[in-house]
Amino acid sequence: MSVYINADTKVIVQGITGETALFHTKQMLEYGTKIVAGVTPGKGGQVIEGVPVFDTVQEAVKQTGANVSVIYVPAPFAADAIMEAVDAELDLTICITEHIPVLDMVKVKRYMEGKKTRLVGPNCPGVISADECKIGIMPGYIHKKGHVGVVSRSGTLTYEAVHQLTQAGIGQSTAVGIGGDPVNGTNFIDVLSEFNNDPETYAVVMIGEIGGTAEEEAAAWIKENMTKPVVGFIGGQTAPPGKRMGHAGAIISGGKGTAKEKIKAMNEAGIEVAATPSVIGETLIKVIKEKGLYEKCKTH
Amino acid sequence: MNIHEYQGKEILRKYGVAVPNGKVAFSPEEAVKVAKELGSNVIVVKAQIHAGGRGKAGGVKIAKNLDEVRTYAKELLGKILVTHQTGPEGKEVKRLYIEEGSDIKKEYYLSFVLDRSTSRVTLMGSEEGGMDIEEVAEETPEKIFKEVIDPVTGLLPFQARRMAFNMNIPPKLVNKAAKLMLGLYDAFVDKDASILEINPLVVTGGDEVMALDAKFNFDSNALYRHKDIVELRDFDEENPKEIEASKYDLSYISLDGNIGCMVNGAGLAMATMDTISYYGGQPANFLDVGGGATTEKVTEAFKIILSDPNVKGIFVNIFGGIMKCDIIAEGVIAAAKQLGLKVPLVVRLEGTNVERGKELLNASGLNIVAADSMADGAEKIVELVG
Repeated sequence: MSVYINADTKVIVQGITGETALFHTKQMLEYGTKIVAGVTPGKGGQVIEGVPVFDTVQEAVKQTGANVSVIYVPAPFAADAIMEAVDAELDLTICITEHIPVLDMVKVKRYMEGKKTRLVGPNCPGVISADECKIGIMPGYIHKKGHVGVVSRSGTLTYEAVHQLTQAGIGQSTAVGIGGDPVNGTNFIDVLSEFNNDPETYAVVMIGEIGGTAEEEAAAWIKENMTKPVVGFIGGQTAPPGKRMGHAGAIISGGKGTAKEKIKAMNEAGIEVAATPSVIGETLIKVIKEKGLYEKCKTH
Repeated sequence: MNIHEYQGKEILRKYGVAVPNGKVAFSPEEAVKVAKELGSNVIVVKAQIHAGGRGKAGGVKIAKNLDEVRTYAKELLGKILVTHQTGPEGKEVKRLYIEEGSDIKKEYYLSFVLDRSTSRVTLMGSEEGGMDIEEVAEETPEKIFKEVIDPVTGLLPFQARRMAFNMNIPPKLVNKAAKLMLGLYDAFVDKDASILEINPLVVTGGDEVMALDAKFNFDSNALYRHKDIVELRDFDEENPKEIEASKYDLSYISLDGNIGCMVNGAGLAMATMDTISYYGGQPANFLDVGGGATTEKVTEAFKIILSDPNVKGIFVNIFGGIMKCDIIAEGVIAAAKQLGLKVPLVVRLEGTNVERGKELLNASGLNIVAADSMADGAEKIVELVG
């Protein structure tokens, strides 16, 4: 089992004719993802990598029965692409695009109210359920099918954590990159709640970073609701205040959003936090051994 | 992106927001000329730097005549102002704002910010103006009021009035204050601001409601659609290496240590800094080469790292997803050959096209120390730098 996406997921690539989209479409196809359509306005009728291209998401859904889309559209047009996916009533749209103006995302969030589509991202690596479906830009080979859920604000740190788990023989159920922007579609609690309900996920790795209070809110939720062990890591422990660390959301301002506060909140919720990113895997293994879950999580 | 107070006030004037008359000056002569034109009995001479806390640091002077304007202008121009926001090194004053004095009856606080928890723009106000709002939030949170704004309707007049009443603006001036707030909101949205702070907002003896200060911060992701805002950028206020990096769309932040870092992804870049510190080293910078990096971009990133004289070693830490390892390798090789690498270089590659990347590095003949993991790389570079 997995969350959000699985072997039956039928995917549309929005912006398929762009260079980055093309590269990753090939990678996703190689991984076995069922990409059933591409959308680029004005390029309907073409076939790329064996995938039919449509002018609109609505048409692509109608012709192929796709239920999920992934967005590689350039930032100035990305908000529109998300809303087009929402309008087409997809179950899920995953927006990889970075640098979307934040007020565009404020509008997108408003537009999504009361609609059925879930948004993951923007500015995220995507979602992968190992051996079943890979949607996004993550390198597929580092993942291994198994029972640990991974949720993260940072793309490359997700790879880091997943890689460590795989090397230690611990597979993953689903890895979800929620993205580094201040306004995004899916937050930690949304994903944690999915993992909590997924019978095949036994433990969770949660990777946060400085800025905002999403980790503190997630910690409070975990304390109240989570039935499975969670280990964490917070990036930016040595970041100086007032400097935006690349991600639009990663900034310590007004004394808020520090790694120290987040780690404290997580520890108080019973979450073991790795001291460095290199020991995320070790920390998870230590905790699942304590809980008697190691043998169940170890993928043979 | 930040702008100066005088530039912020220029924008606000266009949105019908009342601000005192004033003009920028780059020399004492210009300051006196502006003061003469203003013809006010009291003239305020304000240092223009991109940092708050100027008043407390001695950057705002009240002049009673033109001689005093000249004296203060001479004193402030070229002065290094150290405020709680500049860091200990301070910032040199190169521009002054010459403004007519206001007959202040009471000071208030107003700001528009993006609230992450609601994904909405929020108006915040308080009758505790002129102070550090974080202190107010800490000590008397009941004195801060909030209005959450629906992006479909924008700030509604009743919300602005409610805010004005909550802030204890004199009832006869509530409509004036509400109009000002609506103007501020329009400016915020039209210009894609991420922060607009008016501290203080004042009520004057002449029953005016005015923005006495204006602090704008703009969403850098939206600058592509605001050429007018981009023109306001003051390069003197920025770190030269950060300016160079921004030309190549690299996210670079200068730090105090001696280990240069080149990483892909902001999260991994932060974590790399953390790991270097964990092993007892000090990172010289944060550098995220981003997703769509080209060989040229990587070369430029390398040049920027090496242009920092404090750098005694470099750690390249790449986990390629969208970023391909072979592109990084080509960039590293090109830069190292072009610049002549004189400091130790540790490279850790993982992810998309990793084998091809490693082959390129091995075949390059360069003295590169390979690392198996982020921890291994951090430990090695800390040891090599000593």
